[in-house]
This record gives sequence, C-alpha cells and structure tokens, in this order.
Amino acid sequence: MITYGFLILLTPLLAFVIQIFIGNRLPRKGDWVSISAVVFTFCLSIAMLGMMLFLRDSSYKIDKSWEWFNLGHMQIHLGILIDNITIVMLVVVALVSSLVHIYSVGYMKGDPRYSRYFAYLSLFTFSMNGIVLSNNLFSIYMFWELVGLSSYLLIGHWFEKDSASDAAKKAFLVNRIGDMGMFIGIMLMFTATGSFLFSDVFAGVENGMISGTILTVAGVCLFFGAVGKSAQFPLHVWLPDAMEGPTPVSALIHAATMVAAGVYLTIRLFPLFTPDALTIIAYVGGFTAIFAAIIAVTQNDIKKVLAYSTVSQLGYMILAVGSGAYIAGFFHLVTHAAFKAGLFLCSGSVIHAMQHAYHKLKDHETDPQDMRNMGGLKDKMKITYWTMVICTVAISGVPLTSGFLSKDAILAGTLSFALRNPVHFLLPLFGFGAALLTAFYMFRLIFMTFHGEPARQEVHNHVHESPLVMTAPLMTLATLSLFLFYTLPYFNPFSDQGWFTRLVVAVESSVPGSLSAHEIAEGVHHAHTSAIILSLIVAGTGIFLAFAMYLKKRISAERMAVRLAIPYKLSFNKFFMDEIYSKYLVSPSLTLAKKIGYFDWDLYDKYFINGFGKVTEWISRIVGIKWDYDILDQRIVDGVGHSTQFFGRKLRLIQSGKLQSYLIWVLCGIIVMFVIQTM
Amino acid sequence: MDQLNTYLIIGAILFSLGLFGIITRRNAIAVLMGVELILNAANINFIAFSRFGGMNLSGHVFSLFVIIMAAAEAAVALAIIINLYNNLGSVNVDDASSLKQ
Repeated sequence: MITYGFLILLTPLLAFVIQIFIGNRLPRKGDWVSISAVVFTFCLSIAMLGMMLFLRDSSYKIDKSWEWFNLGHMQIHLGILIDNITIVMLVVVALVSSLVHIYSVGYMKGDPRYSRYFAYLSLFTFSMNGIVLSNNLFSIYMFWELVGLSSYLLIGHWFEKDSASDAAKKAFLVNRIGDMGMFIGIMLMFTATGSFLFSDVFAGVENGMISGTILTVAGVCLFFGAVGKSAQFPLHVWLPDAMEGPTPVSALIHAATMVAAGVYLTIRLFPLFTPDALTIIAYVGGFTAIFAAIIAVTQNDIKKVLAYSTVSQLGYMILAVGSGAYIAGFFHLVTHAAFKAGLFLCSGSVIHAMQHAYHKLKDHETDPQDMRNMGGLKDKMKITYWTMVICTVAISGVPLTSGFLSKDAILAGTLSFALRNPVHFLLPLFGFGAALLTAFYMFRLIFMTFHGEPARQEVHNHVHESPLVMTAPLMTLATLSLFLFYTLPYFNPFSDQGWFTRLVVAVESSVPGSLSAHEIAEGVHHAHTSAIILSLIVAGTGIFLAFAMYLKKRISAERMAVRLAIPYKLSFNKFFMDEIYSKYLVSPSLTLAKKIGYFDWDLYDKYFINGFGKVTEWISRIVGIKWDYDILDQRIVDGVGHSTQFFGRKLRLIQSGKLQSYLIWVLCGIIVMFVIQTM
Repeated sequence: MDQLNTYLIIGAILFSLGLFGIITRRNAIAVLMGVELILNAANINFIAFSRFGGMNLSGHVFSLFVIIMAAAEAAVALAIIINLYNNLGSVNVDDASSLKQ
C-alpha cells in the first residue's frame, strides 16, 4: 500500500514536469500525459479502496515516516499516512480530477495555453494528493501552500482579463491570511509537543502536554487555515471571485477538492479540538452556511450562484465537524464533491454553448454566464439538463440521492448537538435555514436556465449540446449522485448505513473530557428521524417556492424584491462584504503603504541614503585628489621611480670602464673594511 | 718576532708601490711592472712566514711557483702589449677602450 501511496503522489508530479517543459512539443499538446497520469492514480486509489473494503478493518492504518533533517534535539519528519479517511479522500480527488481532465479536453479546446493548463492541473493533483497523504502538520502545510499556488495559477489562467488576474491575487492573499493562522497553530502544537507528526501531537494532547485555553487557541488557529482554504466567513470573499478561472477548474479546485481540503484538515485534526474550539468551529460553519445561502438566492451569474452554494455547503461540513458529527461532515464532503463538480461542469457546458452561440452571432458584449440571458435551454441540451437536474436534486437533499443522506446526517448531528446543549439552538436553525435556501436557489437556477422562454430566440437557435468528451463526465457525476453508490451493499434510501459508514468510523477525541464517539453517534441516531422529517419539509418548501416564483410565476420575484427591499439589497450586494473589506481593510492599508512609501522614498531614500552617497562621493573626491593622486601617486609611487632614475644617473659615472679607477674603488673598499674591522 | 714585522713592512711597502704603479700609470708596461712588484711583495711575505711563521718549505715552494708564474705572466702580458701597440699605435691603457660603449 505504501508503494501505491508513493505512486499516487508522484505520478501527477512527473506529468507536471513533462508537461511544463516539453508539453507544447508533444502530440495533442500533451493532454494525454496528464490524463493518463491522473487516471492511473484513480485506478490505484480504487485498488486501495478495494483492499481496504476487503480487509473489513476500519482501524487499518499505515503510518510511516522518515527523518528529513535534524536540528540538534529537533527532528523534522516527513511521512505518509494511509487510513480509511485518506483512501476515501484519494478516491474522491482522483475521480473528480480524472473527470475534469477529460472534460477539459473539450472545454479548453483551442486555448492558447492548453498544455500549461494541463500542467497546472497535474500540479494541483499532486499537491492535493500530498495533503491527503501527509502524516504530519509540516508537510501538510507545504502541500497546503502548493494547492494555493496551483489554484492561483489556474484562476489566473486567462490573465489577459484584469478580473481574472485580480481574482487570482485576491484568492492568494485571502488564503495567506488563513495560512498565517494555521502556521501559528502548527507552531503552538509543535512548541508544546515537540513534533509535527499527527500521532505524536494527538498523544501529546492526550497526555496533557497541551491543554486548556492554549489548546483551544491552537485548535482555532489551525482551523483558521481551514477557514481560508474552505472559504468560510469571514474569509469567503475569494471563492466567488475565483470563478473567473476556467469552469473545469472551478469544478475541480473550487468546488470538489481544494476547498474541501480545509474540511479535510479539521476532520483529520478532530481529536485535538477542545469542546470550546469545536463550538467556535460549529458557529463559523453554521453562520457561513446560512450567510452564503442568502447571498446565492439573488445572484444572477450562474457560476456565482454555484460558488456561494459551495461556500454554503462547505459551511455545512464545518458545522458538522464542529457539532461532533464529523463523519457526517466527511460523508457530505464526498457526496458534495460528486454533485457539485457535476453542477459546475454542467454550468460549464451551458456557458460553453452560450459562448458559442454569441460567438456565431458576433456578439461579444453579452455575458454568457448571466442566467437572465438564458432560458428554455432544456430541449437544446438534453444531457446537460438531465444531469444538472439530478445534481440539483441531490444538493437540495431529496430522497434517493446521495445529498439527502449526507445532509440528513449533518442535520441530525447538529440537532443532537443542540438537544445536548440547548444554548446552541441557533446551529440547527442555521442548518435547516440553509437547507431551505439551498433547495430554493438551486431550483431557481434550473428554472431560469433551462425552463421558460428563451431570452433571445436567435441565440437559442445557435445553442448546441456539448461534445461527448464533455457530457460523459457529466453523466458519470450525475450517476454518482444517486444514493446507491454510498449505501452498498444495502438498498435503503433513508439510511446512510453502507460501506462508507462501515469503513469510516469515528475516532475518539484526544482531548480529555470530550464526548466519546459512541455518545455522539447515539445522539445522532436519536435525532435521525426528526431530522429526516424536518429536512424533507424544508427542502420541499424551497423547491415549491422556486417552482411558484420562477416556473409558474405565481409569485412575482420582482415584487418580492421590492417588498423585501433591504434584505434583497443586502443579499444582492453580498452583504457588502467586498465593499467593507475594501473600505476598511484594503484602502487603509494602501494609504498606510503610500505613507510608508513616502517616508521610505522621499525621506529616507532621498535624504539619508542619497546623503550617504553624496558624503561618500565628496570624501572620495578629496581622498582621490589630495591624498591618492597628489601624495600617494605623485610622491611615493612616482618617487620610487624618480629616485631610481636619479641614483642611476649618478652611479653611471662610476662605470667608466677604466680598470684603474675600479681598482681605486676596490682599494677604498678594502680600507673601509679594515677600518670597520679594527673598530 | 721583530724581524718578521720588518719583512712584512717591507712587503707592504713593496705592495703599496706596486698598487700605486698600477693605479697611476697610463703606460701598460709600467702597469705590468707594478703587477710584478705586487707579486714580489707576496714572495717576500711567503719567505718571511716560511722562516718565522712555521710555513717551513711550503713558503719556499710557493714563492718559486710565483716566480715561474710571474715569468709566464710577463711573457703573456708583453705579447698582449705588443698586439695592443700593433693595433692602436700606443701602449696607453686608456686607449684600449673599444669594448666600451
């Protein structure tokens, strides 16, 4: 298994290296290199999953580490951890990644940076697999930054557009804030336990090497990394902007895998969160779920709706982890990866078709992503329509779909949490409210895009279904949104019992005094039935409202907007979060930077640094002329030559060539020697 | 030991006269005579040391050698002087300056 782990990690890296250096010179611009690499990892992870299922041992675990470097008493280890969560996550990543790679062949056809796009996809797959396979905080942090980098590169793939490069920068910077928190958390854990390895850290928590408030703070700091990466409030602002990237990238990175990395991290580190930290996590997640859902209701850009929906669903997962039902959160991560990637790829198919139609009509002004310009696409794009409907039904939590099972598990988790601690009654309210809104805005999206009258008939005439290379991944993902794939070998659409729950079993928290996994499971079990009934009611209400407002037009959406003017404005403008950030964070820091820049350039550089230069120049001129040239060169260096010349001229006279005069000198010499000797 | 000193003084005077002749005379033959004087001063010293200083017969033998050598030297030097005269028309040592730049 460890070999498999290495192959899964390194094959995409190899593909990246090949693609980035010689991709352009390969046949088909080398897309087959990346695709075969990622399909290979998919096969390997499926093989690992199969082995794991046949082992029937949910606690099976390979944890192997190697010393990387040694700083005296501090050793840094790198290593690979393969257990049930890793394997399921690997399958999810490899599956979505493979489908997105295949889909991209159709979507990115004719792109000027085709091979580079695939290279970055491979880099992303490598780094994501790295996060999943890491057994320590140190390397997880490295891969964390690497996925951030590949996300940056892919959002900015069309960097000629200012909005794309701005969005890339924004994503990178906002993520950096979260990563800062994560770094502090890692360092707190390291200082306390002296190791980065998960096993050592958990053991340290269990032994009380770190406890109380400092453990809560460390946990919240680590969670802050997840807040950035999983786009939780207040760092959610980057994800909707990240939709500037190509749609397959949005599906892979900003819906299914990278944003789920934050959730994965909280799940991985679940044993070290104190009850206080978990409460904070639950509130952040719950608030994000409802907050993003409210924004999604009024957006008109098809990808923005999906982006806010992603933020909201990630909030759900975080809420589940925070309320202790982290298995439910992980389950939702897996099911969500399939249907949300499906939704994004469907929207990509729609956008692709719209773009094509506008291109045919030589219309480069109209936004192909605006749902108000669509409508009536149902008959033109049958496959896209039906796959998108299946995914929408799944995300809305309708029975027979995977989303129903996982969402229901989360709602049951929050419900039982609130029943245990009635103070936190807001959390299930957040959960059910978000479920209602999710059903509403997702069906609004379907009705606005595919039903009703087309906005412009001539555009509608030019719309075509996408090629098979794009629709095949859609069909795969829609199929995977059915409950069946998650409950085998059972066929009960109302219970999540199946291979997944058998494989992924909750581990005990390392924090002394926490609720045991058994207690949590018991509570969830009790809340299960009421959660099912409530979630069916809210989902039904949401779908009905969308049906009445956008298909039958019984309730006028415009009149509602007027009547609920203030909430509508808030939601439409995303609660002015971007404006608030730009007014209170971005522009003050820009002003500050300008002030500091003034100080630095106009005062420090001009007077101090340049002054130094002037003084040096002046000193060197004096030294150069007075001392070096006049004294050293003229007197000493030239003086040696002059004196040699002078003595030479004088001594020349002695060399007369007359032996007799030489003899006189010899005589004189001898006399001098005698005189010296006698003295 | 007084006698040794007298011989040595005579030798020294002879040597100084020879040196004086070599340095001051322009005539090559006079220079050659100065050289002979110096050789004879050396001979006197040899003999004196052989008699009083314990050199025994060696001093005699050496002075005999010096006399023989002086004869040979005089022969060679006179030959050079004759050639000099043939070439330059004089025996003035200052005129033999063709190697000088």
